[in-house]
Amino acid sequence: MAESKEEALFQEKVDAEQKIEPKDWMPADYRKNLIRQISQHGHSEIVGMLPEGNWITRAPSLRRKTVLLAKVQDEAGHGLYLYSAAETLGIGRDELNDQLLTGKAKYSSIFNYPTITWADMGAVGWLVDGAAIMNQVMLCRTSYGPYARPMVRICKEESFHQRQGYEIMNVLSHGSPEQKAMAQDALDRWWWPSLMMFGPSDADSPHSAQSMKWKIKRQSNDELRQIFIDRTVQQAEVLGLQIPDPELKWNEETQHYDWGTINWDEFFNVIKGNGPCNKERLTARQKAHADGAWVREAALAYAGKKAKKKAA
Amino acid sequence: MTQQEALFRFAVRMGDNSLVLGHRLSEWCGHGPQLEEDIAQANIALDLIGQARNYLTYAGEVEGKKRSEDDLAYLRTDRDYLNVLLCELPKGDYAQTIARSFLFDAFHLPLQQALTTSTDERLKGIAEKAVKEVTYHLRHSSEWLIRFGDGTEESHSRAQVALNDLWRYTGELFIPDEAEEMLAKAGVVPKLGDIQKEWSATVGRVLKEATLNRPADGWAASGGKKGVHSEHLGPMLAEMQTLQRTYPGVEW
Repeated sequence: MAESKEEALFQEKVDAEQKIEPKDWMPADYRKNLIRQISQHGHSEIVGMLPEGNWITRAPSLRRKTVLLAKVQDEAGHGLYLYSAAETLGIGRDELNDQLLTGKAKYSSIFNYPTITWADMGAVGWLVDGAAIMNQVMLCRTSYGPYARPMVRICKEESFHQRQGYEIMNVLSHGSPEQKAMAQDALDRWWWPSLMMFGPSDADSPHSAQSMKWKIKRQSNDELRQIFIDRTVQQAEVLGLQIPDPELKWNEETQHYDWGTINWDEFFNVIKGNGPCNKERLTARQKAHADGAWVREAALAYAGKKAKKKAA
Repeated sequence: MTQQEALFRFAVRMGDNSLVLGHRLSEWCGHGPQLEEDIAQANIALDLIGQARNYLTYAGEVEGKKRSEDDLAYLRTDRDYLNVLLCELPKGDYAQTIARSFLFDAFHLPLQQALTTSTDERLKGIAEKAVKEVTYHLRHSSEWLIRFGDGTEESHSRAQVALNDLWRYTGELFIPDEAEEMLAKAGVVPKLGDIQKEWSATVGRVLKEATLNRPADGWAASGGKKGVHSEHLGPMLAEMQTLQRTYPGVEW
């Protein structure tokens, strides 16, 4: 397909590392691709509030309660920044929300796994936020300006989230035998789903090649996954915990860890809706939205009355 | 009762009020009517839990038995919690949450303001920080109550029902116990009668703007301040304290 003149100019700009801004010309597919990715990212933050919110009322100390609440609050803030970024591409917040609530838009499958013990708060921070950071650090340099800029702040907050998760794991893995078992159990359950967060292998990733050309993505799924594994294995050693992968082994030649095989059937199944908490997560968001309808209507009605009074 | 015992009870009550209400507000996190409210309520809950930590730490020091903020929060049963009943009621719908916060904030702000002149340096220090926070809490709850009252028919009716239901719990705020009477005489804490006047004026002003009716004073529920609670606090504490109770004596 021959490129239009506009498209050639656009690609030149991307190649020259100049940011694309909302009013710039962009290919329709670039816009579509970005809306899909940014809204998925935003939905992940919002749905991601639920598995951790599950432990706010049961956090084992006032300090832990404070940190966890602040963390979940940060996620709501991230959701807001991302929805605002998506709005610059011409989609409204109501439409974004509808897409989430009707299941039309996806969010990260990791949040369809249950948080069943306190150690899951450690594992989610350490592994899930750790994996998310890898992606988000890359996105600080993404080609679309309104997506790249909030990522800088989000990354700072995420790195605090990861540290607090690791710190929970550290206390548990050096605590009583029961606490240590709790930490190991959480690692066993969260390890593979965390690796799945990077998405399908490059060969099977439908949007990857185009996204790389447009510099929306700058590193491949497999590259990021490998960096994450190399880093995390060492952290697990410090904790004295076993990564649940018998094939995991340092490779002198490649200077990376070799590791086992992801259960891709599980991955695609959870995406399709067949994960342990898909239904619960969506139902919780639908319920919050439905229960809140009269609140939002009241705020609108009141604002309308105020505006009328002011005009009179 | 010695003045030290009175001070312990007062600090525990202030801590319990903030902790229990903060806990209730934190239940909204992820489930609020809009994202901005999830963030606002989490903010307020964080302020309140922060205040609770200051008060419970101080209470532990006053008591002198080496109990930490967590010992006091996680290892007391509801019979030893001294918060007012208003704070422990379930969160209800958003009108009930807002109305409860408003009725409490309108009491909490003048109380904290008065405590900034306490003869007790620690209470004074905690209050100086809390005043800024509670000023925002009251603004937030007042604004929403006005929106509900003067919003739609449904929001008006929900807000009025909430106020009517909660009104019976407001009397307890102003009935001093022995500790509060003793400390008020010593100039450590304000007289609750003075706080009630300010509360009443704030409530009158906001309800008028909200076009809501002020419920008639009648029978007032009480007991929280001496540890006789509603049926709601026990389950809340059971949930909150589960890990500390299941695995005693470990670090988290």
